Amino acid sequence: MSKQELLFFFSAFLFCSGLLIAVTKKNAIVVLMGIELMLNAANLNLALFNFQKRGMDGQLLALFIIIVAVCEAAVGIAIILKSYHFYHSSVLDQISDLKEKN
Amino acid sequence: MMQEVILYLFIGFSIMSVLVILLNRNVFYSALALLTCLISLSGIYGLLQAEFLAVTQLLIYAGGVLVLMIFGIMLTNRIAGKSFESKSHNWIPGILVTTSLLVVLVITFQNSSIKATQNELNTGNHIRNVGIELMSTYAAPFEVSGVLLLVCLIGAALTASSFKKSSHE
Repeated sequence: MSKQELLFFFSAFLFCSGLLIAVTKKNAIVVLMGIELMLNAANLNLALFNFQKRGMDGQLLALFIIIVAVCEAAVGIAIILKSYHFYHSSVLDQISDLKEKN
Repeated sequence: MMQEVILYLFIGFSIMSVLVILLNRNVFYSALALLTCLISLSGIYGLLQAEFLAVTQLLIYAGGVLVLMIFGIMLTNRIAGKSFESKSHNWIPGILVTTSLLVVLVITFQNSSIKATQNELNTGNHIRNVGIELMSTYAAPFEVSGVLLLVCLIGAALTASSFKKSSHE
């Protein structure tokens, strides 16, 4: 197995384990971590294809993915903090009301 | 030869830290394991001749996003009592879906023609090339991502701040 094949299988494994983390965990921050892992697996694939071909397109696409991932993490943690103030919990199953109970 | 040993070392480190995130219950340990995973991924980027990407990964993920996540964990978990606990559920459907996705990805890769391409070694200054490309071919996405960062900054600050609805009363 060559180095690039191994890296491709590794990125597939990373994506699948990120999906598994996002599906199975109950804490909202750990779910965000799983999403970050999936984005990183996509980045690894892009860097790998950039290594195989001439040019810089893969690296730049990975750079833009990193920027979008940072925005997503910042807004996601802000939303989690806000919902923690309301529900006093960051467990996703307990965040179930759309409206304040009177 | 030395490069391959380092590559296997990085891959082993990140697989182990991913397993730590999956299997332990402490949210704080998960954040630290994610840190080691991201650092070893940046090492892999460096071995793939993407030096700028490696440094960006270290700066933004290991320096920025992880600190933000640890702040989030500290602020949203009660310190007293059962601290930092995170339960998990849906194990059987999750494992079913992810292993089938993994099988699909591997079979697709085996049947594709991607692996046949041999790498021509990119020589020259990669970081300089990234800068030139970023300012010429990819100038429009660069500007748009700046606007996106500004919007995200304002949105996150406004969402997390605790201003009262004074117009209501």
